[in-house]
Amino acid sequence: MKILIIVPAFNEEASLPGVLRDLREQMPSADVLVVNDGSEDSTSRTARDRGVKVVDLPFNLGIGGAVQTGYLYAAHQGYDVAVQFDGDGQHLGTEIEKLLKPLEEGVADIVIGSRFLVPGAYKAPLFRTLGIWIFSVVLSRILSTAVTDSTSGFRAANRKAIEFFAGMYPDDYPEVEALVLSHKAELRMTEVAVAMRERTGGKSSITPVRSVYYMTKVLMAIFIDLLKKVR
Amino acid sequence: MDLLKILAIIGSGALLVVVIELIRRGRLKERYSLLWLLAGAVLLVLSASRGVLEYVSRMVGIFYPPSFLFLIAFLFLLLITMHFSVVLSSLSERTKKLAQELALVREELRNIKKSGLDNGK
Repeated sequence: MKILIIVPAFNEEASLPGVLRDLREQMPSADVLVVNDGSEDSTSRTARDRGVKVVDLPFNLGIGGAVQTGYLYAAHQGYDVAVQFDGDGQHLGTEIEKLLKPLEEGVADIVIGSRFLVPGAYKAPLFRTLGIWIFSVVLSRILSTAVTDSTSGFRAANRKAIEFFAGMYPDDYPEVEALVLSHKAELRMTEVAVAMRERTGGKSSITPVRSVYYMTKVLMAIFIDLLKKVR
Repeated sequence: MDLLKILAIIGSGALLVVVIELIRRGRLKERYSLLWLLAGAVLLVLSASRGVLEYVSRMVGIFYPPSFLFLIAFLFLLLITMHFSVVLSSLSERTKKLAQELALVREELRNIKKSGLDNGK
């Protein structure tokens, strides 16, 4: 099985060495592709010096466009499985095997690594918890399957899903929206429990003040996605 | 002839002249000028001929004809901005695709160059 680990990275020169070391130790047989999303620091050099594949986007496309670039690469190069793995050090190489299992067994096309399947394992601020709860209620209803961690960017996709995402991937709130589009494309999804590191460096883009605004926009995006025609 | 009518004729006439001049100089593509031309022409006809304006406004139940003129102008603007949104969406999608293809092709080129050098040794 040819596995590609897609690492979207925007100004991640500080965390990238650790992430790449983790991946090399835990997943030595997989190929690693760093998608440098128009970084202004030496993200690209840092990755190249460590011998992984790198594609440099000419300007910042945002996480959706960067991840899709990875899927395009996987589709062109004939990979069987693609794993999305954040460049900020949030995800753990040891957990990747858990994502691959449902794909190997052929019971899902997309596997989402969830922080919340083990209760109490992950502490988030109150507002965030509320938002995540609302998303999971709405999405579980729409997708007719339980989704506890819809904003998780730790995912694995089989060949069918790779080809779908290469052709169509959302830009605005890609993690959540990709689930809705996948559902419309009749891809099978499942969640597995994974551990994640609490953020060390950097700040979450979702501050408590903005979270209500953010939630409204994501919910609207979800309903707009429901209108979309899926190829 | 009242002042309003004169102003309306000057306004819509100027719009037509500007649009045509922009097309002539190649600053406005035909594809994006059609709606503007149509808007200019319709507004000119409506402001020049009191009879037509009064007839159509009465038909739709508007008793103050100049406000029908505003309505038409407003509808055209709505149409034109919506056209812009559609064009903008397709342009941003294309820009994204170009950026992605460029990044992938560049990486492929880099690999080809590298393997070419290795073989040359």
